[in-house]
Amino acid sequence: MCVAVPGKITAVTGSNAEVEFGGVKRSVSLDLVPAAKKNDYVLVHAGFAIQVLEAAEAEETLKLFQEIYANESR
Amino acid sequence: MKAAERFSSPLWRDRAMAAAALVEMERLAEAAAAKTGGCVRLMEVCGTHTMAIASAGMRRLFPKELRMLSGPGCPVCVTSQGDIDLVLALAEVPGVIITTFGDMLKVKGSKGLDLNVLRAGGADVRVVYSPLDAVELAAAEPGREVVFIGVGFETTAPVIAAALVRARKRALKNFSITSFFKLVPPALDLLLSDPSNRISGFLLPGHVSAIIGLEPYRFVTRKYGVPCVVTGFEPLDILAGINMLLAQIVSGKPEVQDEYFRAVPEGGNPAAVKVMEEVFSRTDAAWRAIGVLKNSGLGLARAYAGFDAVRRFKIKRVEAAEPKGCLCGQILLGKNFPPDCPLFAKACSPSSAVGPCMVSSEGACAAWFKYGG
Repeated sequence: MCVAVPGKITAVTGSNAEVEFGGVKRSVSLDLVPAAKKNDYVLVHAGFAIQVLEAAEAEETLKLFQEIYANESR
Repeated sequence: MKAAERFSSPLWRDRAMAAAALVEMERLAEAAAAKTGGCVRLMEVCGTHTMAIASAGMRRLFPKELRMLSGPGCPVCVTSQGDIDLVLALAEVPGVIITTFGDMLKVKGSKGLDLNVLRAGGADVRVVYSPLDAVELAAAEPGREVVFIGVGFETTAPVIAAALVRARKRALKNFSITSFFKLVPPALDLLLSDPSNRISGFLLPGHVSAIIGLEPYRFVTRKYGVPCVVTGFEPLDILAGINMLLAQIVSGKPEVQDEYFRAVPEGGNPAAVKVMEEVFSRTDAAWRAIGVLKNSGLGLARAYAGFDAVRRFKIKRVEAAEPKGCLCGQILLGKNFPPDCPLFAKACSPSSAVGPCMVSSEGACAAWFKYGG
């Protein structure tokens, strides 16, 4: 039940945003992430964005995985 | 890399990298087991992790020294029998519309009934995606009383809090909630206070942590010396989180690490914590099979007490026994695995569940039934 899904903010109107999840758009409240803006990726839980996702840190995580595990997988 | 791929793409499920992570896990588990003496017992606290591990088929790939226990992080599973009975009593109040997340529909009360059964008998029970849907329903139906069934942890509590703030601003008189919210850190404290659990590390819930940050877990390493890793939900996240826990055991230096830093900043989400603290206050809470834990839950704060459905409809809470023979409580505490239960896959299955660990889509028994051990 603590499932939260990443989506991209495509438009902001007041404290609500239109968020796209792989082609599907939904209205999402920004009450809990007041600083979120258009083009940000957010984690959405039960109709609310609960956190802004950091693109650079996602890439860093994937890069870390690649560095740690690349040798063993070859 | 395309922007969207950073957060959800096959990269996070890459087969070759997962295989390499498992090779690393074999090595680390062996070294960690030498330290713990016997097998290494780690607990995934969150029900969403339980499902992610099961559905990816990871259990049968884990090294033989590693035991992954499913913890008390399935909201429906830890809701006490007395609270389930309260929900069912509310559904029978004339004129009330019950709004709930779908997971609650099939949890049985002490008389064997559930919301689904009551709905078939005429009760107005509606599944909503967001508590805001329930608020809108209350605004659209001023002649009816709309009750939202609030269960969950720190991920969900701020969302319900924000919905209540909106309901209050709109001066909705016909909206109320049940507040059965529970907090993760007190549950960890309880688990570790019983040494027979022999838990050597916690895979911490990513989305609870996205709200509360890392600080509330630091007592786990300070007081008990047990490693913690906040972990994301993709297969590679989970494998990495487990490897980080094992590496901490091997090094003998327990700390709270953050594998899911793309979504979990050190300080969590202060705006969400603020609204949660405005609407709720800490209270003792009844956990299934565990009993009442001091300051382990959230009740409505004084300013929002008027939204308390149990008070509004004057329902009396009676503690009730759990279903006979059901091992849910022991499973939530990491003391038993689902197949240890005499009812598992016999009297109890997802289509006819006895205990909530089989009812909830995130329950340990449901995961084990569907995907095997």
